[in-house]
Amino acid sequence: MLRALEKGADGVCVIGCMEGECLYKTGNFRARKRVEQVQRILQSIGADPGRARMYNLSSSDGPLFAKYAGEMDAQIRELGPNPMKKKKQSAA
Amino acid sequence: MIVADKKPVEEIIEYVKDSKKILVLGCNECVTVCEAGGKKEVGVLAATLRMYFSNQGKEDVQVDERTLERQCDHEYLEEIRDIADQYDAIVSIACGVGIQFTAEKYHSIPVYPGVNTCFLGVTEQRGLWTERCQACGQCILAYTGGICPVARCAKRLFNGPCGGSSKGKCEINKELDCAWQLIIDRLKAIDRMDLYEKLFNVKDWSTDRAGGPRKVEREDVQI
Repeated sequence: MLRALEKGADGVCVIGCMEGECLYKTGNFRARKRVEQVQRILQSIGADPGRARMYNLSSSDGPLFAKYAGEMDAQIRELGPNPMKKKKQSAA
Repeated sequence: MIVADKKPVEEIIEYVKDSKKILVLGCNECVTVCEAGGKKEVGVLAATLRMYFSNQGKEDVQVDERTLERQCDHEYLEEIRDIADQYDAIVSIACGVGIQFTAEKYHSIPVYPGVNTCFLGVTEQRGLWTERCQACGQCILAYTGGICPVARCAKRLFNGPCGGSSKGKCEINKELDCAWQLIIDRLKAIDRMDLYEKLFNVKDWSTDRAGGPRKVEREDVQI
């Protein structure tokens, strides 16, 4: 997640299985903790924590996936481009 | 193992904010297990610092990553001998031992701590580490059912619980087990309550930290 944001991704969305239905038992709970950790890190360096988000849905839930993707899209459009991307481009 | 906890990133930034080339140095041992200073944490801290400097418009600051097998042994610390001089700051996220040994070996490079070293302890569950040993230098676990009153009794008592022990808990914190209750329960379980009758002599604390920095010197393994 941090690598993607560092390289200029405008946002990172992690989608896990429904809570309690993860094949790896606690994998999606651990993923949520990591997303929260990334949000705290972003906040600590003055970046917007909203650039990282976590959703849970079932693999058969296409419409919900589309809804979440739309939400994430709206969120990062509101935040604007990742400032690190702009700086990397100007440095190049 | 030695248990450490991550320092707030704001504190680490304060140490290195004026540096131009920084090495984040991890350790593959205890701090990896307690998720404070291993390869994964090196990657997270280095990425965080790079993003911080980028946000500050300091695109020229370079933050590199390296994780050594151990930072408390000469041979592993020597692995960065060829590159260490390139850096004007090293952030070590090994325990305090590793941080100090790195600073000793690379005398002219500032070495900053990226963790707070806490105690010698165990992993009770993921994300929960608790203290077990204070390295007092004179182990008495043979007489206390394998439970240490030095590390686990708030008063370091040697001859049974104090009056503050209530329902198996310590008076300083109702969630903290009374070490002597644990000892008695364990001595009963191994049928060695006779040991509870043994009176301890006054402990020789000269082997503890009170005597200053300690050393173990073994001629049988020295070359």
